[in-house]
Amino acid sequence: MPVTFFLILSALLFSIGIYGVLAREHAVLVLLSIELMLNAVNINLIAFSALFQEAGVSGQVFALFVIAVAAAEVGVGLAIVILIFRNRQSVNVDEMSLMKW
Amino acid sequence: MNNALLAQASEEILTPGTVGGLMWLVPLLPFVAFFVILFFGKRMPGKGHWVGIGAVGLGLLLSLVGFFELAGGRGAVERSWTWFELGGTEGTTLELGMTFDFLTAVMFVIVTAISLLVQIYSTGYMHDDSRYSWFYAVLSLFTSSMLFLVLSNNLLQMFVGWEGVGVCSYFLIGHYWEEKENSSAAMKAFITTRIGDVGFLFGIFALFTLGHTFNIAELNHLAEEGEIAGTGLTVAALLLFLGAVGKSAQFPLHVWLPDAMAGPTPVSALIHAATMVVAGIYLVGRMFVVFEHSGAAMNVIAIVASITMLIAALLALVQDDIKKVLAYSTISQLGYMMAALGVGAYTAAIFHMFTHAFFKALLFLGAGSLIHAVHSNNMSDMGGLRKYMPHTFRTFIIGSLALAGIFPFAGFFSKDEIVGEALRAANEGTRATAWIVFITAIVVAFLTALYMTRVVVKTFWGDYRGHGHPHESPGSMVTPLWVLAVGSLTVGFLGFPVIGPFKSWITVPGHEQPGFSSFYNLILPVASVGIAAAGVALGWQLFARNRWRTDIVKSPFGWSYSFVQNKYYMDDFYLGGIVRPIQYRLSKGAYWIDQHVIDGIVNGSARGSLAASRGAYGIDQHVVDFAVNGAAGITGWSGGLLRYVQTGHVQRYAAVLFAAIALFVGLLAFT
Repeated sequence: MPVTFFLILSALLFSIGIYGVLAREHAVLVLLSIELMLNAVNINLIAFSALFQEAGVSGQVFALFVIAVAAAEVGVGLAIVILIFRNRQSVNVDEMSLMKW
Repeated sequence: MNNALLAQASEEILTPGTVGGLMWLVPLLPFVAFFVILFFGKRMPGKGHWVGIGAVGLGLLLSLVGFFELAGGRGAVERSWTWFELGGTEGTTLELGMTFDFLTAVMFVIVTAISLLVQIYSTGYMHDDSRYSWFYAVLSLFTSSMLFLVLSNNLLQMFVGWEGVGVCSYFLIGHYWEEKENSSAAMKAFITTRIGDVGFLFGIFALFTLGHTFNIAELNHLAEEGEIAGTGLTVAALLLFLGAVGKSAQFPLHVWLPDAMAGPTPVSALIHAATMVVAGIYLVGRMFVVFEHSGAAMNVIAIVASITMLIAALLALVQDDIKKVLAYSTISQLGYMMAALGVGAYTAAIFHMFTHAFFKALLFLGAGSLIHAVHSNNMSDMGGLRKYMPHTFRTFIIGSLALAGIFPFAGFFSKDEIVGEALRAANEGTRATAWIVFITAIVVAFLTALYMTRVVVKTFWGDYRGHGHPHESPGSMVTPLWVLAVGSLTVGFLGFPVIGPFKSWITVPGHEQPGFSSFYNLILPVASVGIAAAGVALGWQLFARNRWRTDIVKSPFGWSYSFVQNKYYMDDFYLGGIVRPIQYRLSKGAYWIDQHVIDGIVNGSARGSLAASRGAYGIDQHVVDFAVNGAAGITGWSGGLLRYVQTGHVQRYAAVLFAAIALFVGLLAFT
């Protein structure tokens, strides 16, 4: 199976992720979209690792790192979302325009 | 040359643990005492006099130990520390240094001993004074300055001590400043000596220009080697001598010393015996080799000193104020010392300074005791005091005999040395002016005996003419008198011809000199005692027996009497010829310049600065403020624009982020 297929799949997933990040109003969905983008990257890493076997398993190791970081990021992100919900009874990203002067 | 001297100096440095190197402590102690008394004196037991007495007493002990070390054969100490350097490696190093040789040691013993006795004496004499602590503080500073002057190994440092002595004498002469006369006397002393000081300062500059050093030993060495010579040396020597003329009250700058009697009597004793007037003699003695190599300077010294001793001795004959008699006597004796230096009799001059310190301090303290008893300075208010004040009487007699030069009192030995040296110089023809000095010295010896007899007769014989009942002074005042009397009786033997050790102590730096020449002519000592005795006898006949006395004012010699009485009109000349014209014409001129030129400059510059300020204000308001406000405005305006970008919507930021990435990736892909 050529590597191109994996790249197309990963590009599709990444684009769906970008769309989700930019367009969805629900904060949890934004976080989920970020996970999609990270997994798109993971697919790329695994695909190239399989393609260049002489380079060892460093690509797969990177994928493991990304999964660990993603887990941490989701943990922090969901905690923030819960706090915001408790304060404002809403998780709508459009309403979270506090970071301006 | 420098290295050779340094090597020589380092050889002379004592082994550690000896006292000679610690001599800097001697001036330091009274200096510290000055501050202690000044700040804490009033709250101390004895109002601080114990501090002053203790400091100078310790100093005396140290000086004596140092002196005996030198006498025991240790070499002189010369040390110096770099103070600062001028002009880099090619420039000059200014040094702080000390020399402790026999000359310094003798001066140290004189200064500390006299100062100690004067301070003890003052506990009685100044007892009720309102500025008692201040008096003791300045006495300490005075002593310290003089010791500093004597200890220094270079001229600049000496000048510091020299000026310190000057300013302290100003404070002390004007101690009773409530009366205008006294503060004027202080000012007169200060200004008159200052005229000399200018000469001294310029002399230092001249010597530095010639020799490129301030170090006294090096300068003497350069003069000895002939590297400084000729007109330059003469000019420098004469300028230095001008300093000595001012400080040591030589003609024509002697006028301040009699007026300096306005100060408390113990101060007069200190000034006359130890701390002030001998500084000039010391200066010439220290720089003796420099003077010696200029024949013209030596002649000037001899002539000026001869004039001084003669006119001062004559003046002493006509004074009524006992302190003024003693003041003129001091001037006359300083003339003796200076004349001795002028004929090259270095050792004799220093020896006379040494003995003179004892008997002149004794006479002044004795006079103070008399004044304390009768509350008047005038001999016309005294008389018959020998019955009331036996101790003062006996010690005063000893002092007078010493001053008159009667064997075996101290003055005999030293005066005889000077006369003998002058005669030898005259016979050998080494100094052109030696005959003048010799003859004047003989005449002055006679006059000295005459005026001292007059003083003694007028105060101690006859009937008491003053008011109240005079009484002997307290023990604190009488004890120093007896100590000094013993000194006046004994110190002369240090210079006993042939066997006295003094001549081996004080020698001209740089070359061997036959120190003492007494019995150069065996007839001379006998003759000089005879002359002094004749003076005493004539005085006795004139003043005690009232023989041969006519009213001299009405006699054909009346003019000469009033000439002397009016101090040769010198004060009038200075006042009318110099001070007044300066005061009136020069002052008027100065006033005009002040009003028109200086004020014009001041006002003009004020107006100028006002206009400049206005201009600066305009620039500040319009240019600077415009720039500042403008910069702030631009920042605010651009901030206002950028503010629209900051929406706070995370998704918009993310959109910009991704757009930017897409853009850069696109650029990378398609170029």
